[in-house]
Amino acid sequence: MAKQVKFLQGNEAVCEGALYAGCRFYAGYPITPSTEVAEILAARLPKLGGRFIQMEDELAAMAATLGGSIAGKKSLTATSGPGMSLKMENLGYGYLTEIPCVIVNVMRGGPSTGLPTGPGQSDVMQARWGTHGDHPCIALTPSTVQEQLNETVRAFNLAEKYRMPVILLTDEIIGHMREAVEMPEPGDLAVVDRKRPTCDPKDYLPYKPEADGVAPMADFGSGYRYHITGLNHLPDGFPSNDGKLAQADEIRQQKKVDDNYDEIVVVDEMMCDDAEILIFAFGSTARSAKEAVQMARAEGIKVGLFRPLTIWPFPDKHLLKYKGKVKRVIVPEMNLGQTALEVERVLKGSPEVEGIFQIDSEPINPITILNKIKGGK
Amino acid sequence: MSYDYSKYLRKGKIPHIWCPGCGYGIIMKSMIRAIDSIGWEKDDVVMTSGIGCASRLPGYVDFNTLHTTHGRSLAFATGVKVANPKLNVIAMGGDGDMTAIGGNHFIHACRRNINITCFVFNNFIYGMTGGQYSPTTPKGSRATTSPYGNSDNQFDIAQLAIGAGATFVARTTTYHAVPMEKLMKQALEHKGFSIVEIIAGCPTGYGRKNKLASPAGMIEWQKEHSVAIAQWEKMTDEEKAGKFPIGVLHDVEKPEYVEAYDANVGLS
Repeated sequence: MAKQVKFLQGNEAVCEGALYAGCRFYAGYPITPSTEVAEILAARLPKLGGRFIQMEDELAAMAATLGGSIAGKKSLTATSGPGMSLKMENLGYGYLTEIPCVIVNVMRGGPSTGLPTGPGQSDVMQARWGTHGDHPCIALTPSTVQEQLNETVRAFNLAEKYRMPVILLTDEIIGHMREAVEMPEPGDLAVVDRKRPTCDPKDYLPYKPEADGVAPMADFGSGYRYHITGLNHLPDGFPSNDGKLAQADEIRQQKKVDDNYDEIVVVDEMMCDDAEILIFAFGSTARSAKEAVQMARAEGIKVGLFRPLTIWPFPDKHLLKYKGKVKRVIVPEMNLGQTALEVERVLKGSPEVEGIFQIDSEPINPITILNKIKGGK
Repeated sequence: MSYDYSKYLRKGKIPHIWCPGCGYGIIMKSMIRAIDSIGWEKDDVVMTSGIGCASRLPGYVDFNTLHTTHGRSLAFATGVKVANPKLNVIAMGGDGDMTAIGGNHFIHACRRNINITCFVFNNFIYGMTGGQYSPTTPKGSRATTSPYGNSDNQFDIAQLAIGAGATFVARTTTYHAVPMEKLMKQALEHKGFSIVEIIAGCPTGYGRKNKLASPAGMIEWQKEHSVAIAQWEKMTDEEKAGKFPIGVLHDVEKPEYVEAYDANVGLS
């Protein structure tokens, strides 16, 4: 049977993905260019037995999202740069306490109110390091409206599996564009639910990891009474001032992600096999890069597109294949070189990284990338 | 016969962190007796808190307990309650936690009239950070950040809650341990947003700086300066000066937030 195809806006596709994944709670605060996510879920969630709440501010939206997850519901919130800055406090709480949820950041420019509300990609490092302290991070970067849907489902799956907040790092261009989307039927895409405890409640240790590094998580009210705190804590959930244990637990959390690179990191490598020039691009910029690569190939230039759908953890292993192999690497991005720094870290000068950095609130034109390809160093 | 608290305490987590003479132990015991008198199952009770001395309380009691970030007790509590309204949700915090950094969450929880009970432990000071002035520190009082006396005006927490739309508002003190239990029970059983402001002594952070260092003296001060609401209403402004009313200050019925939402959106 032919799949149902819908003509969806990017933010709308996020909602479809969230509902497909089983999201039944949304807490948010209005901010352009993410607001459609809230508007659509305000209408859709009650039809599926879920609830929506518009909170008094972004901090409260993040807090309530975590609260909803603790009460057992797959929970979502969506925002953009200024709101993301405010969410950092409780996002850090979510990392330390290992509460699954998904945060959508529809990136715009910045800092502060910036140029509202044109596109940007300046929140790459914020996603990784915006909250204080060391912590693992998973952030996904879709490039198409179809990927907005599919990657939202994947974001929930990763959040549930690894018991942590996951960021969908999209941008205004993809959030607001409309494309044909093939709607998945139930069963087409995997849907993962968090591990819940099956032991006797008196034996439950909410932070004692199993072999996969993840501890089962009980819903509040399910008979497993336990304590959650933003203080470093022991396997029983209660605070401890033992710095060595705190360090070991932070490293354990980081390893949850590091040890599962192969499952978490997805990269689309287009025409990269014989490439002498590699374009590293994500999100909406990858669309322009794809166009530029196709134009250059038509002229016989051996260029390929390296397009990460997972920006955090950074796709080191995938990228290392090209170290010393390609002659040039070009990183176009709508910021002043945040991702380029990471590419440099991985390639260590083999070759040097060339950037196309733009923060003028306009998409990077394929011709700009093509000229860079043809223009040489 | 003395009351046995052991059913509700996480005994391995005691002794608590509170200073000698702190009023918070009295509040914790009153809270336990109030919950016990209603007979709620421990599995159905969620306690949230923010950051500060008061916010350490949930770690000591055997419920579903959530010690969150500074000021966010009610924001987390709202998420829990909306996601699962069957849970009995109690949010607590100190005066700084609830009315300074968490002030926005406080007024909006009141406005929504969500069925959460909020206990505000008001000891007029930031205790855990060593005695800085809070929104309730009396004008002229000394704190580590008001070495010349506090210049700020004070919040009246109960009036703030009434103004913002809470439907049950009470105030008590740690001197009034037995009435406190009854007020807490009323608040917990009230449908809608209920708050109890509890005036408590902080001998270490507030008392020392303000010549009230004796814990007993601070409790004596509470007794002398508090007036039952029935009597308060008959007093002249002159007689009210320097004193504060205690008891049920406000008790009205309004639609509860989640019930109203569910009815509105067609969720039964």
